[in-house]
Amino acid sequence: MESLIDLINISKSFDGTLVLDDLNLSVKENTFVTLLGPSGCGKTTTLRIIGGFERADAGKVIFDGQDISNLPPNKRQLNTVFQKYALFTHMNIAENIAFGLKIKNKPKTYIQDKIKYALKLVNLDGYENRSVDSLSGGQQQRIAIARAIVNEPRVLLLDEPLGALDLKLRQDMQYELIRLKNELGITFIYVTHDQEEALTMSDTIVVMNQGYIQQMGTPEQIYNEPENAFVADFIGESNIVHGTMIRDELVEIFGARFPCVDKGFGTNAPVDVVIRPEDIDLVSPEEGTLKGICTHLIFKGVHYEMEVTTPDGFEWLVHSTDMCPVGKEVGIHVDPFDIQIMNKPESEDEEAVGVNE
Amino acid sequence: MNSMKNRIKYFVENFYLVLIMVFLYAPIATLMVLSFSGSKSRTQWGGFTLRWYLEMFESATIMNALQNTLVIAFASALIAAVIGTTAAIAINSMKPIPRTIIMGITNIPMLNADIVTGISLMLAFIAFGISLGFKTILIAHITFNIPYVILSVSPKLKQTNKSVYEAAMDLGAAPVYAFFKVVFPDILPGVLSGFLLAFTMSLDDFIITHFTKGAGINTLSTLIYSEVRRGIKPSMYALSTLIFVVVLALLIITNFAPHRSKEQ
Repeated sequence: MESLIDLINISKSFDGTLVLDDLNLSVKENTFVTLLGPSGCGKTTTLRIIGGFERADAGKVIFDGQDISNLPPNKRQLNTVFQKYALFTHMNIAENIAFGLKIKNKPKTYIQDKIKYALKLVNLDGYENRSVDSLSGGQQQRIAIARAIVNEPRVLLLDEPLGALDLKLRQDMQYELIRLKNELGITFIYVTHDQEEALTMSDTIVVMNQGYIQQMGTPEQIYNEPENAFVADFIGESNIVHGTMIRDELVEIFGARFPCVDKGFGTNAPVDVVIRPEDIDLVSPEEGTLKGICTHLIFKGVHYEMEVTTPDGFEWLVHSTDMCPVGKEVGIHVDPFDIQIMNKPESEDEEAVGVNE
Repeated sequence: MNSMKNRIKYFVENFYLVLIMVFLYAPIATLMVLSFSGSKSRTQWGGFTLRWYLEMFESATIMNALQNTLVIAFASALIAAVIGTTAAIAINSMKPIPRTIIMGITNIPMLNADIVTGISLMLAFIAFGISLGFKTILIAHITFNIPYVILSVSPKLKQTNKSVYEAAMDLGAAPVYAFFKVVFPDILPGVLSGFLLAFTMSLDDFIITHFTKGAGINTLSTLIYSEVRRGIKPSMYALSTLIFVVVLALLIITNFAPHRSKEQ
């Protein structure tokens, strides 16, 4: 499949601070792509460069084979849903939705049909004559989406659209967005710092940090096979420990040898080992690869959160539906395919650059 | 005992309030009363009359000055509203430090003594060979009105969500269309109150007008001044009363207009 949007060697700095450094990204048609990262990682700037609200200092934006780097936002075939909704408060709902269509001089009946269709799509039938102020935050965000999609963009850009909503509403809107994307068959580029949101909705997640892409992949790949400590740490909770790769498929952690499935790191090589808290099995001390004492226990609803301290002083985070009382000695067991091995970064810079180099 | 205390407290509070009101408004009230008095005496009530008002409306000099005043107030407020709004938009998009500096510079003319502004404007006009007259009054009024417009538009701009403008562009609007269609309606109350404030300031001004008007043209304030020097005529009381009422009405409108638009 050909890519719809290509960002080629994009660099951008604000007041001498480099925000994006030589970024390359391609987005395929009809996919849900999420740019995920902590604040200041450059994800919103990337979106704004695609939308045309910022010009890149260097590099090109290719849309459907054409260079649109120098086109203003009003000449680009994409629409944006802004974080703070950005509805026009002096117009009613219908006028808001019709804004883009009126500029394109569409016939009146066409506009009327489109407004009806869009309101139905976002489950707000009959809201045509309501004022913006009379709507709740969630409803305003739906109108913002309706206003964007009536223009039939090939790409919808969403800048943390659910950031201002409460938890329950946010979850509902996540399903709404997935449904919308499937019904409309257009490409969504979504910016968020919420890893759960990203995992729930995306076809592809792009993890960013300090202006670099750390890892790109499906939610499963990102979660189960993080390529570096940053990704492992940012996406969900994890135990990141120093280990030594004894040989292929065998790693030593704190003097204990764990069989694993990774190869190609050489022999006796220092590595980072990622083990997710839910992948640790607590067994009897004799059966465990490592022994430790449970030092902390919190009931979280779905599972118990425990900390097991091994003799070397490392506190392993463990999620399990089985409880282990504080003070009890337990064994730690991890299945080979639950162990993720990563190369150690040699410096902090390299850590930031990640896989881009 | 307690109710006694309360009553004293209530009395003192109200007495104080009345005292302030008397200090503030007694002179104006005197003027207004005298404007309806049938006698020319400043100490004796000569029965109710509208004679001075009639005399005022029949006087060609007064009507001419009134026309000048209104034309200058309207034109200078309108031009200042356009220039001031444009300036406020530019200042608003500046970085914080330059913005603070520029705002400070634009505020100085407001704090500057009128007589300094008046004399310096007069000197500037003469130095650049512009003969004093209607147009120099107009230019002077535009100059001192601009800061008031900037000051009332800026807060509105700060409240405006910047992404509203971007959203309009995103939906296909060209920059100018996007501005007039979505940003301008948001800042309109600020522009209007800036306009009204500027209009009032222009109506109200004497000192700057006095120095920049040259010979042969008068606004109401300069006319009253020159008439009073020759001996006070009661028609001047009527005129002053009228100016006071108009300015008061405008100030009330300016103060209430933003609230009303918010309630809608």
